[in-house]
Order: sequence, then structure tokens, then C-alpha cells
Amino acid sequence: MTAAFPANAFVPTAYRVIRQRREMRDVATLELSAAAGELPTFAPGQFNMLYAFGVGEVAISVSGDPGNRGRFVHTLRAVGAVSTALARLEAGQMLGLRGPFGTGWPMTAAVGSDLVIIAGGLGLAPLRPALYHLLSHRADYGGITVLYGTRHPRDILYRREIERWRRRLDLDIEITVDHADRAWHGHVGVVPALIPRAAIDPENTFALVCGPEAMMRFTVAGLRDAGLAPERIYLSMERNMKCALGLCGRCQFGPTFICKDGPVMRFDRILQIFATREI
Amino acid sequence: MEGLDSILAEQPFFAALEPELSKIVSGCARNRRFDAGSYIFHEGDDADEFYLIRHGRVALEMVAPGQAPVVFNTLGSGDILGASWLVPPYKWMFDARAVELTRAVGIDAKCLRGKCEADHHLGYEMMKRFLPVFVRRLHATRLQILDVYGKRGK
Ligand SMILES: Cc1cc2nc3c(=O)[nH]c(=O)nc-3n(C[C@H](O)[C@H](O)[C@H](O)COP(=O)(O)OP(=O)(O)OC[C@H]3O[C@@H](n4cnc5c(N)ncnc54)[C@H](O)[C@@H]3O)c2cc1C
Ligand code: FES
Repeated sequence: MTAAFPANAFVPTAYRVIRQRREMRDVATLELSAAAGELPTFAPGQFNMLYAFGVGEVAISVSGDPGNRGRFVHTLRAVGAVSTALARLEAGQMLGLRGPFGTGWPMTAAVGSDLVIIAGGLGLAPLRPALYHLLSHRADYGGITVLYGTRHPRDILYRREIERWRRRLDLDIEITVDHADRAWHGHVGVVPALIPRAAIDPENTFALVCGPEAMMRFTVAGLRDAGLAPERIYLSMERNMKCALGLCGRCQFGPTFICKDGPVMRFDRILQIFATREI
Repeated sequence: MEGLDSILAEQPFFAALEPELSKIVSGCARNRRFDAGSYIFHEGDDADEFYLIRHGRVALEMVAPGQAPVVFNTLGSGDILGASWLVPPYKWMFDARAVELTRAVGIDAKCLRGKCEADHHLGYEMMKRFLPVFVRRLHATRLQILDVYGKRGK
């Protein structure tokens, strides 16, 4: 039974922070390399359990390039004890890591189709590996549109990289913010409001969505209005985790466990529970 | 030059509007152009004209005393600008500024209100188009108020 789990499924392996970048006041990106042995591969959308020694363990998505085998990259916001301890780690310091766990974005199913990637706030982090994959296999996919919403222009994650991507002719990126001052010339409004403006061909498009749950609800409604079938919409769901192995039930979401059936889930498979509050 | 009724007919907002009704509406319409940076209207002005944006981008702003203006929404091609023309006292509640060169069809509010009053079929067709726009904006505003991108419970 345990053979199906990664080698470090139960006990964290030691990793070293090789670089820390402060993205915003309370958001940091950590680059990690294994203190010994080889780094496992991961699929875009998967997460690791990061352990801050003596504090605790939390689920954090991989946000780096799946093509870069040498390191794991994670972007995290300091919200409580564990995430704050992790966000404070500096180059040279150690942490524990189990993983990678969970399901990934449908990179194979989407070959030959258009993609619309919709991210809200830090939800861009779990989608960035999908984007790296798409861009390094660009010829395998149709049109790629990224719709990204965040609170304020100063909260745009991966700003330099987004500026670089925006110069590409084979990628459309639209950014919207909830509030802005007059110096901002882009969109203001919520990210689902960008959906009707994106020329989506519903028969031939997959949507990958990640962000706060309220934002995902409105986004799914917008995608359904645009004609997308539920089986073409994928969401990354978040629930607090403990074992990450489908054993403890902490991450239960209706009849499913987010740690093993998710975090990336096809909307038609969670349609009923998604519509129910407080699950 | 393109006739106003054919310009209106191309707009998704007026899609499937009967040609006779479209003619009546275009009788209240005129072409408008706003340079980048110019104001289309200011808070407190009479809401005597509303706009169907053809190209460009418009920022909706609110000003609190002693503070810099806050942009709370932007509108673009195909969007309707302005609802206050529909409800008394017909005054704008915010400023609207063209962020870039913006072309729009301006519709004389008093003229259209009069025509809708005289022809309730036209009035109902108009309401069927306006109401979903405003309901969608209400929902979007609710999501915006939730301020979902911060720390939970903050
Ligand atoms: C599959 C998966 C992937 C995830 N990926 C990431 C990621 O890439 N980056 C990242 O920063 N986080 C991610 N998270 C969320 C992360 O696991 C939680 O933020 C973390 O567990 C918080 O633990 P804590 O002990 O620091 O705070 P807690 O003590 O658990 O919480 C402290 C306070 O923060 C609030 N809070 C908790 N979680 C969140 C949250 N996600 N957003 C906003 N407020 C929150 C709580 O309501 C509470 O008020 C992911 C979660 C899952 C399940
Ligand atoms: S975290 Fe234990 S079952 Fe998912």
C-alpha cells in the first residue's frame, strides 16, 4: 500500500534554501535544493508539504519550472505561524519537505487546444509551472490567454516575468486590479469580468483556474456563460492538510480528499459539492 | 459615413433588437469622441446622456475629500457607461475619464426615456438589455467588496 507513495511520503527530507526573493511585504519565493540525493520530478499543479522545524508543516504548491530539475520553487504568503516561519527563511537555512503530492493540471489532455489560465492573487503561483510547460512546448497548444486579477497594481506577483511574457506575440495576458490610482492604465474590476472580453472558443478551450474560492465561483459562472462545458474547467482547491496521503481525512471535500483527488479537480466531478457552502 | 443604426446593430448590447426599434433608438444617438485624459462626465453633473463604448477605455473614479481619486472600475469596447440616467434625480455619482482615445455612441437620456414611456414595448426591450448589465456589475462589485486576495479574516 505504501509503495504507491513517494519515498519521502511520511518523513520529511532535508532541503536547503538556495535563494529567497521577497515578492511583496508578506510573500516570499523560496528556491530549494535537496541536501542529499536527487530531486523528485513534479507535475504542474502539484504541491509539497513544507516543514518549518519546530513549528509545523503546511501544503505549498510548486511554483517553479518543471523543466528545471535541480530545484523546487515555492511562493508563499505569511498568514500564520508556519507560513510566517517559512517566509522568513533565508539562503542557507534548512527546512523539511515531503512530496510532491496531488493531481496536476491537464497538460496532456489540453494538447492541441486553446487554454485560458485564470488566476487570482497568489493563485498565480500553482499556475506558473503550467505556463512554463506551455511556453516550452508552445507548438503543442493553440491560443494561450492569461487573465490575472489582484488587489492593487503593487500586488502583481512575478511582475518582471509577466512584463517579459507580455512582450510575446504568442501569449495574451490581461491583468485587472480591484483598486488603483490614476497612474494605472490597465483594467480595474474583478477577474471574471475579463472573460467576456477574451475571445474564447468554448468547444476548443480548457480553462485552468486558481484563486480564492469566491473568485473561483464567479469565474466558473463566467466560463459557463461563455459556453465552456464543466469538463473543460479545472480548479485547484485548497483545504488544510495533515497527512497529504489520503489517510487522515483532514482535507476532506465532500466525498473526495483534496490531497490525493486534488488539488487540481475537473469541475464536473465537484459540481455538486462546489455549490454547497461550508464543505 | 456609417449610419448610427448600423453602428448600433453591430453592438452586442443591441443584438436582435427589431430594426424599427433600433431606428427609434438611433434617433436619440450621436457619435462621440473623447481624447485620452479627458473627462466624459463628473460626479454631480446631470446624467443627460449615456454611452455605448465602441473603442477605448474609460476609468470610473471616486474622489474622497483630501484623498487621491480611486479608480474602481474600467470599461471598454461594447460596455455601457452610465446608469444614473435611468433613475431620478438623474445625476452622475462618479467621474468618468477616458484613459485612452475613446469612441462611443452617446444616447440622449431624456429622448430615450420619453420614447420608452411612449412605447412600452421599446421600454421593455431596453430594460431586458440594461438589467443583466447592472446585475452582473452588482455581482462583480460584491466580489470586489469581499477583498478576497488578502489574508483570510483580515
Ligand atoms: C494544495 C494546497 C496548495 C497551497 N499552495 C499554497 C501556495 O502556493 N502558497 C501559499 O502561500 N499558500 C498555499 N496554500 C495555503 C497554505 O497551506 C496555508 O496558507 C497554510 O496552511 C497556513 O498555515 P499557517 O500555520 O501559517 O496559518 P494558520 O494558523 O493555519 O492560519 C492563520 C490565519 O491565516 C488564514 N489563512 C490560512 N490559510 C490561508 C490562505 N491560504 N489564504 C489566506 N489566509 C489563510 C487563516 O484563516 C487564519 O486566520 C496551499 C494550500 C493547499 C491545500
Ligand atoms: S490531508 Fe490527510 S487525508 Fe488529505
